[in-house]
Amino acid sequence: MSVNSATVRKIASLARIAVTDDQVAAMVPELNNILGWIEQLGEVDTSAVEPMTVVIPNKLRLRDDIVTDGNIRDAILANAPASECGFFAVPKVIE
Amino acid sequence: MTTETKPSSYRIKGATGDWEVVIGLEVHAQITSNAKLFSGASTAFGAEPNSQVSFVDVAMPGMLPVPNIECVKQAVRTGLAINAEIHRWSRFDRKNYFYADLPQGYQISQLYHPIVGEGSVTVTTDEGAKTIGVERIHIEQDAGKLMHDQHPTMSYVDLNRSGVALMEIVSKPEMRSPQEAGEYVRKLRQLVRYIGSCDGNMEQGSMRADVNVSVRKPGEKFGTRTETKNVNSVRFIQQVVEIEARRQVDVIEAGGTIVQETRLFDPEKGVTRSMRSKEDAHDYRYFPDPDLLPLILTEDFISECKASLPELPDAKRARFTETMAITPYNAEVLTADVETAHWFEALLAQGIDGKAAANWVTGELFGALNRLGRDISDSPVSPAQAAELLNLVGNGTLSGSMAKAVFEKMLEAGESAGTIVEREGLRQTSDTGAIDAAIAAILAVNTDKVAEFRAGKEALFGFFVGQTMKAMAGRANPKIINERLRELLAAA
Amino acid sequence: MSDITNLGIAAIRDGVRDGAFSAREVASAFIEKVAAAKALNAFVIETPDHVLAAADAADAARVAGGLKPMSGVPIGMKDLFCTKGVATTAASHILEGFIPPYESTVSAKLWDAGAGMLGKLNMDQFAMGSSNETSAFGNVISPWRRAGGCNAALAPGGSSGGSSAAISARLCPAATGTDTGGSIRQPAAFTGICGIKPTYGRCSRWGVVAFASSLDQAGAMARDVRDCAIMLETMAGFDVKDSTSLDLSVPKWEAALSSDLRGKRVGIPREYRVDNMSAEIDALWQRGIAWVNDAGAEVVEVSLPHTKYALPAYYIIAPAEASSNLARYDGVRYGLRELPVGAGLQDMYAATRAAGFGPEVKRRIMIGAYVLSAGFYEAYFTQASKVRSLIARDFDDAWKSCDLLLTPTAPSAAFALGEKSADPLAMYLNDVFTVPSSLAGLPAMSVPGGLDGQGLPLGLQIIGKAFDEQGVLNACLAIEERAAFTARPQAWW
Ligand SMILES: [Mg+2]
Ligand SMILES: [Zn+2]
Repeated sequence: MSVNSATVRKIASLARIAVTDDQVAAMVPELNNILGWIEQLGEVDTSAVEPMTVVIPNKLRLRDDIVTDGNIRDAILANAPASECGFFAVPKVIE
Repeated sequence: MTTETKPSSYRIKGATGDWEVVIGLEVHAQITSNAKLFSGASTAFGAEPNSQVSFVDVAMPGMLPVPNIECVKQAVRTGLAINAEIHRWSRFDRKNYFYADLPQGYQISQLYHPIVGEGSVTVTTDEGAKTIGVERIHIEQDAGKLMHDQHPTMSYVDLNRSGVALMEIVSKPEMRSPQEAGEYVRKLRQLVRYIGSCDGNMEQGSMRADVNVSVRKPGEKFGTRTETKNVNSVRFIQQVVEIEARRQVDVIEAGGTIVQETRLFDPEKGVTRSMRSKEDAHDYRYFPDPDLLPLILTEDFISECKASLPELPDAKRARFTETMAITPYNAEVLTADVETAHWFEALLAQGIDGKAAANWVTGELFGALNRLGRDISDSPVSPAQAAELLNLVGNGTLSGSMAKAVFEKMLEAGESAGTIVEREGLRQTSDTGAIDAAIAAILAVNTDKVAEFRAGKEALFGFFVGQTMKAMAGRANPKIINERLRELLAAA
Repeated sequence: MSDITNLGIAAIRDGVRDGAFSAREVASAFIEKVAAAKALNAFVIETPDHVLAAADAADAARVAGGLKPMSGVPIGMKDLFCTKGVATTAASHILEGFIPPYESTVSAKLWDAGAGMLGKLNMDQFAMGSSNETSAFGNVISPWRRAGGCNAALAPGGSSGGSSAAISARLCPAATGTDTGGSIRQPAAFTGICGIKPTYGRCSRWGVVAFASSLDQAGAMARDVRDCAIMLETMAGFDVKDSTSLDLSVPKWEAALSSDLRGKRVGIPREYRVDNMSAEIDALWQRGIAWVNDAGAEVVEVSLPHTKYALPAYYIIAPAEASSNLARYDGVRYGLRELPVGAGLQDMYAATRAAGFGPEVKRRIMIGAYVLSAGFYEAYFTQASKVRSLIARDFDDAWKSCDLLLTPTAPSAAFALGEKSADPLAMYLNDVFTVPSSLAGLPAMSVPGGLDGQGLPLGLQIIGKAFDEQGVLNACLAIEERAAFTARPQAWW
């Protein structure tokens, strides 16, 4: 499987990274080079293998249903590029 | 249990003939919990913007999710309530997309291995009972809220809801009419409210549905579906089905094709329209969330969930009709909502006869609540107060009509039945001497009617009863009036 | 005392305790060294106030009683750890100006143990890189230079290149690192220091800017094995805030250090003898084998058959996780926002991320988004996760015949800056010996083994069973004692 410039644009759009024509042109061979190398994985017979789900044997712990956090609006908004009236502000969205 | 798909007669009339509508619902129900699914921030409704937000909910760098046990429990209990398969091994996946209400850039959900598998819900429509299959229930995070009308060029983001736990209950595409869809949602709402896994409050958005609709000629294969997002009332869900089915039929019959897309319902205009904002969100790049390990449920955990389930509405209804001779209609009404059922059972707990209690609640109490525009949850009369009143009827102190009058006074004054009865001397008399005297006087001035009665005009009996009751100012025990009248009319 | 900055953690700790010098003297000496070493570009921010406050607390504790395990020890903090009130950037423009209102668990443990922070260390952007050339704040220059008057600037390794450069240049006795596919071990090898990545789950990931969640592990970097043991003991421990954290108590690694390897079997994985392995690396490896043998270990050959697939599996899994982990950098809640005139929300995202991420980060996000996208997920991501299972199984099989594995850390000594940066694939191949143990979550450590023909350090790697950091540390100690590595870079900065 190899990518062309249309695919690169599509991935860039999925990943929300603006790209110029030059960048797309440069990325096509670069990504194909990497993807081509990655594809050697296809050689491995994994028909009897389960995908790894846990790196080191461990159990998911569940926490109690207790309110332990919140009421820290100043800290939540402190780093915001734009905030008003206690909200984060973004360019107007049309739904 | 097999899923019967009884054919529905609902059809959309088209130029080319009748069309059948195929409906699947994805119901998002907010899980009732104190804290969020993966953070310790509160879930309470209506707080100041961004006040119920932790660093996890705002997706600060390096923040990690830790799941809330209550949310897991409630999802399992809901699964058990619809007789679904509970998956001992499930896990969380990330659904990746960019939107301002989604701080992480992904929603933690369960695509590949949901916690609850197949189950079913039985609904009743005008065409009878029908079992609707549930495909799955999974746990996921809610998004934040965007506000568009507070600033001319900006939208505001409030993350109070971000990370609140939802159950997504996904039906099979087995509904065939707006009514079936409506009843299905009502039934789910009833169940989650019974077991307490969701408050079912559709106005506040605690329950909302994505409505998947497609149309086909009866018997043909499924058409392309559209998904109308976040519809938040039973009425709107039914409207969406009608409107969207109509639109699709029109498009197809005009030679067009249906595009698989997400749409938005505009209740004011009564239309659905394509959602521009979600246009390219189709490739969600789901993969297992590497911050979370698989969720493994023990048999003990599941047993605890099972043991904590209350009697469910269908079982309760059956018990009411079978063991208390309550009419099927009354049993249905009394179990329809968990608050009503609880109120009614609190009344029964006072030792009141089931059938009498059912009649009184569905008649007198509901009538009063209706007039007052109140819910049973804020009924002006408590089950204990109602029991006192009904006991006064049961022991013959009050007649039915007197009880009505006392109940009115209870509603007005908030006093107990006993207090009212004492103060106003409203006590039904069973004194046969007084009753006999009243009867004798009536028979004396109505000799003609007595003669007619004795000649066989039975219908006059009611006349004598009425007259006697009137003479006793409504306070005589009707049973005794009956007995004495029979005897004195025969004897004279 | 000739120069305090030549001392390591243990010596500083003991010296402060014994009153040989004050913690303030130590802090001041290192602050001066850091300030004078701008040419290395190892620090992105210097925090003298932080380290002086910790030093004063240590001096007070010495008088009043209550010295802690790292009282008076100044360290460097990789800029991937969120530090409360101190800018944290992950060496990316996209986090420029971000000041965390919280402290990562690992850094908090270090401060609680009495350590102080000299500053935040430069690194590869979002920990993606093997040469520190992807930092948005300029390359870190290795303090090492090739022998023979060649002044080419060398890579300190990556991604913990600021850490490795600073430690080897004696700007700090120790530093935190993070390792996703070798980011502690390879820079340690390149600069002649020690670095240990513990078992996955030993150190909390809470408050550490995520790269690839199933692989990221914090670890310790210092000039000797003992110092790594002390530092890791402080950093490790169960954390309820990290769902993948191991609920185990932290062993007393320092106290149990022993270079006696009798009774241990050290495996030599056949597949690590890669095709174009340089003679020098091979010779180093042979010396390492002789040393562990000398320390009493039995040396056995083992096989890890899927080794060659580790790198391609890694370059699917890590970018896939990263593409999702880095979605939060969108210009809404913190960090950079690029808002072109008339831009809508989605345009803002694309512009912000285009301006904020460096080329290598973008490349990995793109690869990650691609391998997860509709139609490719099974062939790429699922297959890689299955291969990962096979790689872990290889190790399990190996443990049937050995207790530890000995390999080179990197396929070469440090390369010159710019030498590999044009070819991403060549750069990725640098991690060939470190990635398999990362995929399996195993503890692994690099220890200096000697110098190559150009006078540059080479490292040996010890890989252990899950939870056996002690075995790893002990084997490295045995090598350290025999390698007697004393070389250090000559100050030119
Ligand atoms: Mg949906
Ligand atoms: Zn959903």
